[in-house]
Amino acid sequence: MVMGDPGPGGKYGEYGGRFVPEPLMAACMELEESFRSAWADETFRFQLNTILSDYAGRPTPLTECRRLSQRVGVRILLKREDLAHTGSHKINNVIGQALLAERMGKKRLVAETGAGQHGVAAATAAALFGMECVVYMGELDIMRQELNVFRMELLGAEVRPVKSGSRTLKDAVNEALRDWVSTCETTHYCLGSVMGPHPYPWMVRELQSIIGEESREQCRQLLHGLDPDWVVACVGGGSNAAGTFAGFISTTANLVGVEAAGGAAISNGVPGVLHGMMSNLLQDDTGQVLEAQSISAGLDYPGIGPEHAFLASLGRARYETAGDGEVLVAFKLLAQMEGIIPALESAHAIAWVSREAGKTIPFGSTVMVTLSGRGDKDVAQVKDLLRGG
Amino acid sequence: MVADISASFPARPSPADQIVARSAHDPGTIETRLRFWRDEGRKSLCCYLMGGMSRDWLDILQAISHGGANIIEVGIPFSDPMIDGPVIQAASRMALDAGATPATVLDEISRVEAGVPLVVMTYYNLLLKGGLSRMAKHMSRASISGSIIPDLPPEESAPWIREADGSGIENVMLVAPTTPVDRARRICESTRGFVYCVGTMGVTGERDSLSRTAREVAAKVMSVTDKPALVGIGVSTPAQAAGACSIADGVIVGSAIVRRVMEGAGASGVEKFVRSLRDAIDS
Ligand SMILES: Cc1ncc(COP(=O)(O)O)c(C=O)c1O
Repeated sequence: MVMGDPGPGGKYGEYGGRFVPEPLMAACMELEESFRSAWADETFRFQLNTILSDYAGRPTPLTECRRLSQRVGVRILLKREDLAHTGSHKINNVIGQALLAERMGKKRLVAETGAGQHGVAAATAAALFGMECVVYMGELDIMRQELNVFRMELLGAEVRPVKSGSRTLKDAVNEALRDWVSTCETTHYCLGSVMGPHPYPWMVRELQSIIGEESREQCRQLLHGLDPDWVVACVGGGSNAAGTFAGFISTTANLVGVEAAGGAAISNGVPGVLHGMMSNLLQDDTGQVLEAQSISAGLDYPGIGPEHAFLASLGRARYETAGDGEVLVAFKLLAQMEGIIPALESAHAIAWVSREAGKTIPFGSTVMVTLSGRGDKDVAQVKDLLRGG
Repeated sequence: MVADISASFPARPSPADQIVARSAHDPGTIETRLRFWRDEGRKSLCCYLMGGMSRDWLDILQAISHGGANIIEVGIPFSDPMIDGPVIQAASRMALDAGATPATVLDEISRVEAGVPLVVMTYYNLLLKGGLSRMAKHMSRASISGSIIPDLPPEESAPWIREADGSGIENVMLVAPTTPVDRARRICESTRGFVYCVGTMGVTGERDSLSRTAREVAAKVMSVTDKPALVGIGVSTPAQAAGACSIADGVIVGSAIVRRVMEGAGASGVEKFVRSLRDAIDS
């Protein structure tokens, strides 16, 4: 079954798996077993859903974009993850993982973060559950996302700068994994996307599938029982896209993931192993991992979740790219046409839709776009970019 | 809520059952040598060096051999060394900046006579990208006897083992303090050369004292196999090496050597340090 349970090996076709050193094997197995049992437990589900609605603000609305639709010639509906607590879809995942960590008796969370959104969400969940929280963040991203660093600290988390490698998300994941090797007895690694060793790609997709389930029903209500023709989401590791696609996988909707042009693992990568998974990976001819390059820290990742590599190989989803320039245009466009300032990550999805409306996407189509987050965190950076500062 | 969600999660064989079991095999060079040393009542010393980390790394390799190492582990640098601490990370960076690739490291090794068996330690992506069959053959041409691929657990290792076996490369597997004993038994059946006992839960690097887990993991391994058991990760001083050898068949020392190379100890300084390790485990 596509987008089902990947089984004990965590395989999506040839992708996925669990490529971790032996010291982490037991922790991954314990996590898989705990998640299986929690996910099958009604009480756990009930607790999770209660926190998601009473604390995190779910369900998030589906917004029809009247002016933007008229401008580009396709009917655009936005799934408003930007309105969730902490400003992005990342909260869905961390609440689930923190609840699971509590159930497993772990008192400390470690997380990696790129844009800082997952770090902020993890710090938030740690505060809510009374857990200690350490967030690894690349030095370069710390400079790009100063405000989120302060937010995490306000929430009581410790932000540890990562100085190795490209000093971005990829290296923050390495550092979080290194922490986890020596602390896994007391610590849960709260991974932020559908990547890493099994069970993470599956578990995070399950925790994010609420985006797809809600929006499918909301679309059907709005579209008199019909599904949208296109479903589009931005892809860094791919969690908001996976959660969205999960709701539409058995519909006839065309599924599109939009990667940053400088971090396009599907378009420009080849199969490889990094961070515990087999997936598509940007790498040089000898197998060294290349650094991704994007204005959006959250999409600055040389890999992609293994299930996306599988969906791409099946042709069930397609993966496109958007470049920095058109993303900035889309960022402004959504702000000025709809009064919504999107996260730079989410603006990639908007950029692709506005570029391809009337081309890949026939005029008159209905397009559901997951707006994974709000742009408050990006305003300072965009101000510098637009004013040439 | 669905009444019985558990029905959709049928019991499955645990992934550990998928580990390829190999009962009988011809021991290769490494295992034969290590068994010989053990039969002589001596402990084995395996030292690590990052390939290509300095101009004189081949001289240092030979110095390690002269200092009394029984096996030398040669790192092939990777951009994302997940199980390595700051020292070996820095050495990887230096080697990569100096232009080291799997091919250059292997080609350079084949120009020297190390005098002891060599084991390559690297990450799986480099083998995948180079092609498993090609990499195994290249290692064999460079007179490499074994491989340690820390991010390649037994569940995923069948394709590499097939090629490694075919080229006479003994693939060494890891057992950790957290490895359950049943799983440890299966790993010990599949490993070749020796069992790499991960002495401490953590990344490679020097520690102030030998972890309590070092002896525990060695004892666990030795209760399920008679293959040679070497303790590595967190063994950094002669005293710690001797401590680990009170149970295990030998030790693996990495960061303590690499750090000395980075500090400019040169071939003679490294040889002296290796000799101090040798003396400690022999006394
Ligand atoms: C708002 C937002 N969208 C998307 C992403 C990318 O993550 P993913 O591809 O896992 O959804 C991030 C990551 O930081 C983010 O902050």
